[in-house]
Amino acid sequence: MTEPLIEAIDIAQSLGKGAGQVRALKGVSLALSGGQLTLLMGPSGSGKTTLLSVLGCMLTPTEGKVRVLGHDTAGARPGELAKLRRDHIGFIFQSYRLFPMLTALDNVRLALDVRGEHFEHAIERARDVLLTVGLSHKENAYPSELSGGEQQRVAIARAIVGNPAAILADEPTGALDSENGLAIMNILAEIAKDPSRAVLVVTHDPRVIPFADRVIHIEDGCIDSDMPAAAISRAGATEFALG
Amino acid sequence: MSLIFKLASRNLLQDRLRFIGTVVGIVFAIVLVTIQLGLFLSFERTVTAMIDHASADLWIVPFGTKCFEDPSLLDIRDRALAMSVPGVADAIPIVIGFTEWSVPGGGTTPVFVVGSDTNAPGLHPWNFVQGNLESLSAPHAVAIDKTYFDRLGVTKVGASTEIREQKVEVAAITKGIRSFTTTPYVFTPLARAQSYVATSPNRISYLLVHVSPNADIGEVRELLQAKLSGVEVLTPAMFSSRSRNFWLFGTGAGAALFAGALLGAIVGTVIVAQTLYSSTKDHLSEFATLRAIGSSSGYINKVILCQALLNSVIGFSLAACIGLVVVEATSETALPIIMTPELTLGLFLLTVLMCVTSAIAAIAQVLRIDPAVAFRQ
Repeated sequence: MTEPLIEAIDIAQSLGKGAGQVRALKGVSLALSGGQLTLLMGPSGSGKTTLLSVLGCMLTPTEGKVRVLGHDTAGARPGELAKLRRDHIGFIFQSYRLFPMLTALDNVRLALDVRGEHFEHAIERARDVLLTVGLSHKENAYPSELSGGEQQRVAIARAIVGNPAAILADEPTGALDSENGLAIMNILAEIAKDPSRAVLVVTHDPRVIPFADRVIHIEDGCIDSDMPAAAISRAGATEFALG
Repeated sequence: MSLIFKLASRNLLQDRLRFIGTVVGIVFAIVLVTIQLGLFLSFERTVTAMIDHASADLWIVPFGTKCFEDPSLLDIRDRALAMSVPGVADAIPIVIGFTEWSVPGGGTTPVFVVGSDTNAPGLHPWNFVQGNLESLSAPHAVAIDKTYFDRLGVTKVGASTEIREQKVEVAAITKGIRSFTTTPYVFTPLARAQSYVATSPNRISYLLVHVSPNADIGEVRELLQAKLSGVEVLTPAMFSSRSRNFWLFGTGAGAALFAGALLGAIVGTVIVAQTLYSSTKDHLSEFATLRAIGSSSGYINKVILCQALLNSVIGFSLAACIGLVVVEATSETALPIIMTPELTLGLFLLTVLMCVTSAIAAIAQVLRIDPAVAFRQ
């Protein structure tokens, strides 16, 4: 078995302070390996996004360990966590989070610019990736000139342009219609075929289960099932997604 | 080209009204500082203009003299004593003093008389536009500066009036000899000056010492100081410094100018800080995304600093243009504003410092953003 690209071991995460404090994650363990598209499903408030933030080195867990490519993030300073994110993790957000004043090409290039990569190489690489997601003809368009599906494809291009080990996507189809949502999942499934790359998608949408290799269900901060996607019947998918 | 500049410029230009407000704030602040410091430089130059243009290796001044315009007097016998000191080639007396000029149209106005014999290298007018030094040899002849035509009520060579009921005839006109006190200078030979300021013929204001070519100025100064009593022997640099300190700091005039400049800088900093802060606040979502995708604090700081620098370059460029117009507009007035390359560079650095300082609050705000908010919004 290959070594996990991202591994969470017995993670607990408390959010808030004092009387308002909640335990969003309670002893979660999870490993993401290359060549897999994993879905993280569960009802609202179950801890999906918190787990995504912890795996993405945005939140330092209250208890437990996170390893990214074998690097233990315990005790890492914010700058070190930022470096792990920019070098090894690509992020896709539900609301795309593109920069409205930058073109599609510059939005993609941004992920390389923050790494300090030479701009000529960055432009060349960004163009290649836009071609991969089928948007090379829109490289000079601003986000406001793109449809929701196109914006999410630009966001995917930004996530993969740096060739990260893991891609973490938060409801990537949540703001899209069915046709665009399926197109996005097709792209993510294609990306996940690379054995050096793991893709984790948080979703409520049972229609995306067929694209996945593995489905994890989380509820009340605990993983209550982790199984191959093929094991979930078409009829049981909706129930599984909604918890 | 890195995207830092593009992000910064687009952030700035996205809200054009706010950007214009920021630039106007910077321009006003820098123009205010320019005027205050330009006036300071102008005052600094005019305060020492007479000393700078006098031909002297050393000045013998009455003890305790605070500035060139000081009314204290020396005894003419000090000249003979000075001449007896080894190394002194000449000691040229000059007389200065305030008096009243009868304006031909009616009334009087104060003037400052500078008297020095025209046949000795003392303190003479310069920048002649009409007449010359020899013109002052004529009876009743004086030289005035064209800056003060209105004040003196005369506009040409040949015009005549009176000082203390004694005839005065304008024989020469200069350009740009302005007084810090804004009282017009009137140049005339020594004896006539003594008469105009009602000083006894055996009283003088200063002695301008010329040291022999092979003598050491420092040694001669010490000998003079030892020989003469009730006087101070100063180098031109010492006398300039003393005059400058008196007028600019002793009277508080310089401090007032500096206070104005400081106020301008503070107002500018606050304006830029406020607009940078609110611009950053409007783009917090984008900065959160930058943090989420792993950009370093340094990268984000550079974006904000680049915004600050863009503000400063654009604001300074406009302010410098306005400053040049102000300099040009005041060049012929009694109170010119001076702009030197050093001042221009200093103002640019001040603008940069002002804008960079104002970026601190915005940077602190961005560095507090939790990158995880990118998932929550």
